[in-house]
Amino acid sequence: MRRTTRRRLTRGAMYALFVAAIGLIAMAADWERLRRVFFQLDVAREQFPEIVTIAAKNTVLFTVISFSGGLVLGVTLALMKLSPVLPYRWLATVYIEVFRGLPALLTIFGIAYVLPIAFGVRAPGGSVGAGLVALIMVAGAYIAEIVRAGIQGVPKGQSEAARSLGMSPARTMFFIVLPQAFRIVIPPITNEFVLLVKDTSLLFIAGSTLLTKEITTFSRDAVSTSGNATPLVMGGMLYLLITIPLTRLVAVLERRMAKTR
Amino acid sequence: MTQPTPPRTDVPAIEIAGLYKRFGDNEVLKGIDLTVKAGQVVCVIGPSGSGKSTLLRCVNRLEEPTSGQIRVEGIDILDPEIDLDKVRARIGMVFQSFNLFPHLTVLRNLTISQRRVLGRSKGEAEEIARANLERVGLSDKIDAYPAHLSGGQQQRAAIARSLSMSPDMMLFDEPTSALDPELVGDVLDVMRALADSGMTMMVVTHEMGFAREVGDELVFMDDGMIVEEGNPRDVLANPRHDRTRAFLAKVL
Ligand SMILES: Nc1ncnc2c1ncn2[C@@H]1O[C@H](COP(=O)(O)OP(=O)(O)OP(=O)(O)O)[C@@H](O)[C@H]1O
Ligand SMILES: [Mg+2]
Repeated sequence: MRRTTRRRLTRGAMYALFVAAIGLIAMAADWERLRRVFFQLDVAREQFPEIVTIAAKNTVLFTVISFSGGLVLGVTLALMKLSPVLPYRWLATVYIEVFRGLPALLTIFGIAYVLPIAFGVRAPGGSVGAGLVALIMVAGAYIAEIVRAGIQGVPKGQSEAARSLGMSPARTMFFIVLPQAFRIVIPPITNEFVLLVKDTSLLFIAGSTLLTKEITTFSRDAVSTSGNATPLVMGGMLYLLITIPLTRLVAVLERRMAKTR
Repeated sequence: MTQPTPPRTDVPAIEIAGLYKRFGDNEVLKGIDLTVKAGQVVCVIGPSGSGKSTLLRCVNRLEEPTSGQIRVEGIDILDPEIDLDKVRARIGMVFQSFNLFPHLTVLRNLTISQRRVLGRSKGEAEEIARANLERVGLSDKIDAYPAHLSGGQQQRAAIARSLSMSPDMMLFDEPTSALDPELVGDVLDVMRALADSGMTMMVVTHEMGFAREVGDELVFMDDGMIVEEGNPRDVLANPRHDRTRAFLAKVL
């Protein structure tokens, strides 16, 4: 009885402190100026519909492209890294170490500018294409490590059972190990996806045209043309509108799958 | 044509000769000679670490022998030219930890290798799966996921999975060791019925009652060697070696 009373008191005090802090901040802030710089309705209105039909669409599109490509590359690299063939292992290890170690910005820059100069080749799709190739390469390195850990997280007894039923190594991997590894990697892969959503903002370094702007580039350009920071706030909200529903969805999916485990 | 060829009875099911296995510096099997005839039930007992599992796992080459010979139905399975997957499909294996596939329903656990390895049609594979689930008393669990089964049910499902491949012989590695005592009986009953049906079985076990009643042959292993071998009743009642006697005194 006394213990619950004390707990209730502590909780009450914490709430009071929290409310007081918020209130203090709210009072100290210059709301009129904030509104003028960050929440101009007419500036906001000007961004439509392009901020959705071009910027948000591109962010989603570029994320999906680099994630899909990165997934294929990552699974391939993970299988190489776990292969009994030494040169495969070696190649995968070097690749992963290099592209995880380099800043994504530098990789994009390298693919977009250095490769064409050095070898005279251009990535398909112009500068955005080059940037996307670079993002796929970076995502592949990260996803490879996630998938490798997932594969190794599947108990050895699983592949032993499959092999003793006569399944080949490839079938064992495909039908028994990978589906289970997939469940293990859902949380870290979601994380990687969210990181990619934001990394698409690095594509500007490869150069972007009016039609290839993603949210960050679009907002920044809108800030310089309008002289007002409202587009930044809108851009931020768009990112959250993409990432939060996604992570919620994955959480639901994960809870569903946990039931069969 | 998916009707399995009947097991060969003119040659021993399993013939092991001079089998050695080393893990690094650790010599685990030190010259094993053992023959399992078609239709025989051979039980293997022995203290922990004596190499029972390793011996069993060499028979379907989950473990690579260091030297020696293993013939399964007359075929040298250490021959590098052999199609190992084909050999394994004829040898059922039941693990201590069941190793059902957790992402598949019981039915799919039983059909996946029938379809992918034996190339059976969906209908045929499911029919065989149903029959084997009935055999182990799990017809009502056909659509359940392994996580929703008790340990005993999981092990019986695992046995049904192996049986669905229509194997010529079955290897059991302490199939009841991970089970609560009250669940052991159901699994042993299934194994007893399987033995009665004429299945060739090699069973690593601590269940001396099972070994005595069901086994045709009892093998006592210690320190990587077969110390004693014979009729289960004789070995259990009158062990000839001190080591056998000492082991039995501890477990009986
Ligand atoms: N993969 C492995 N790598 C290295 N050593 C191993 C491996 N598997 C088994 N051993 C060793 O081989 C020896 C025999 O192991 P094994 O599992 O065959 O014994 P066992 O008779 O089945 O024992 P238990 O009754 O505990 O299951 C042990 O010393 C063990 O440590
Ligand atoms: Mg063992």
